[in-house]
Amino acid sequence: MATQSDKKQYDEMVKAASPASTVGVNCIKAFLVGGSICAIGQVFYNMFHNRGFAKEDAGLMVAGILIVTAIILTVLGLYNKLGKHAGAGSVVPITGFANAIAAPAIEYKKEGLVLGVGAKMFVIAGPVIVYGAMASVVVGLIYYFVK
Amino acid sequence: MNILWAFIVGGAICVIGQLLIDLTKLTPARILVLFVVAGCILGGFGWYDKLVEFAGAGASIPLPGFGNLLARGVKKAVDERGFLGVITGGFTAMAGGVTVAVVFGYLAALISSPKHKK
Amino acid sequence: MEKHIGEQTVRFANPPTITATAAIVGPKEGEGPLAQYFDVVSQDALFGTDSWEKAESELSRQTIILAVQKANLQLGDIQYILAGDLLNQETGTTFGVRDLGRPFFGLFGACSAIGEAMTLGAMIIDGGFANNIVASASSHFCAAEKTFRFPLELGTQRPPTASWTVTGDGAVVLSAQGAGPYVTTATTGAVVDLGVKDSNNMGAAMAPAAADVLIKHFQDLGIQPDYYDVIATGDLGAVGRDLLLQLMDKAGYNLHHNHKDCGLMIFDREKQDVHAGGSGCGCSAATFAGYFYRQLLRGEINKMLLVPTGALHSVVTVQQGESIPAIAHAVAFERAMSHNER
Repeated sequence: MATQSDKKQYDEMVKAASPASTVGVNCIKAFLVGGSICAIGQVFYNMFHNRGFAKEDAGLMVAGILIVTAIILTVLGLYNKLGKHAGAGSVVPITGFANAIAAPAIEYKKEGLVLGVGAKMFVIAGPVIVYGAMASVVVGLIYYFVK
Repeated sequence: MNILWAFIVGGAICVIGQLLIDLTKLTPARILVLFVVAGCILGGFGWYDKLVEFAGAGASIPLPGFGNLLARGVKKAVDERGFLGVITGGFTAMAGGVTVAVVFGYLAALISSPKHKK
Repeated sequence: MEKHIGEQTVRFANPPTITATAAIVGPKEGEGPLAQYFDVVSQDALFGTDSWEKAESELSRQTIILAVQKANLQLGDIQYILAGDLLNQETGTTFGVRDLGRPFFGLFGACSAIGEAMTLGAMIIDGGFANNIVASASSHFCAAEKTFRFPLELGTQRPPTASWTVTGDGAVVLSAQGAGPYVTTATTGAVVDLGVKDSNNMGAAMAPAAADVLIKHFQDLGIQPDYYDVIATGDLGAVGRDLLLQLMDKAGYNLHHNHKDCGLMIFDREKQDVHAGGSGCGCSAATFAGYFYRQLLRGEINKMLLVPTGALHSVVTVQQGESIPAIAHAVAFERAMSHNER
């Protein structure tokens, strides 16, 4: 039986032996990729805004374009290659959310259109919607009583 | 000029996410949840909108922007419908983005199969 | 009880012979340093099927049949198949053997499966219960990713301590009669858990189990590591190997000269982007069946100890915050029997 002190001692050894992620390089890649996705979004936003679309409609159209593009890249097997390098740079933008919906939908196709595609589609993105809805209700309640 | 700020601010938000992944061992799913909730709370106070005014897509495209969208939506709904807005506001605000992702995600599954990685 | 030695070791009275092996791998393994030693390198990761799960079963089926053919035997000559994998209640294996019509023991030891299978198979033969058995273990990268990690198309970053599941199967035919190489001794590991919780660092979780069974093996038999030309662990990878050497140093056994890790041999870590190395049931099975068996046959090595290592967690236990228990089994092979034993 391993004692607590054995485990603690081994934990120190593991920490020393395990190479850390190359944080600096990862951050630079995340910055460049994440920043580029946002800059592309801004280009589209300016375009729609100049054509007289309302702020919110332009915003939704930009999000829509980025989401569809990310899903096309997912189908082509390119988004995971981007993600391998970009890390959070391709996870945090809305494109990462789209990839998180499309990737399991494709992977679980063999388990059927209902319990495979339908159910597994939210296996990664689902928590974002659940916690987004929870947070919005909390914010809404506070706003309702404080306003 | 606003394209440059979108690049810088959007990139910086992603760097925060990268630091969380590399240094805290939080999984990407947890970070996404954290970002959406954080964006929603900051949005509730009206602070995140200031960042959006300044950085545009740099603030709205990363997931905290999604949270902010929910906060903005719920406040607007409360203004319009009163208490019922607390319930409808969040989902109304996310309807567009989520529907696009679901519809195209579904189509993606119909037309493609997973590929082997090397 | 003269066959049982010390605490955890057995010495076979009539050591079974390896009569043939077969190793079939996927495309990425076929680009690795051991490519030339595998019987078949499939360029089709689906192995002619339409799902990753079916692919692994087909891989398992083909490898077992090939091993039996190479032994110049018929399937009917095989009294038992002992095999394992770690996909969905072992369907990787069971769906592979379902049309073979031979008595079957499905074994679970995660990536230590081939060690478990060869130990039990050798015991069955030495016990006189069979003339020929097949031991086999398989894994498939895509099926493993889907089952244990993320969908393949998800844009995720793997930490440097993560490993890459081998697409491959190694099958070994053990027989009562033959000219070697022989299975001489086996030390069965206990489950060891030193509290590692990171499922992206399985080498660290498994190294203590490997150290534990190695120490028991040396103690029970009264031998030193240099008794063997090679001591090969299954899939510790770079981090796990480093930790194993440290743990063995502490226990007073020097493994620096003759230790190898199948996970570090099957891929080129510099060129193939596999991070800490290869892993999976097929990693040690295909490396032994493909590479080490040929080395033994050719006399490049005369004595070796294979120590496949397995991490015994599940997706659920990790999500519940449990640490990762591990196991390792040591199986010794000798090219020719020394005089005092025969």
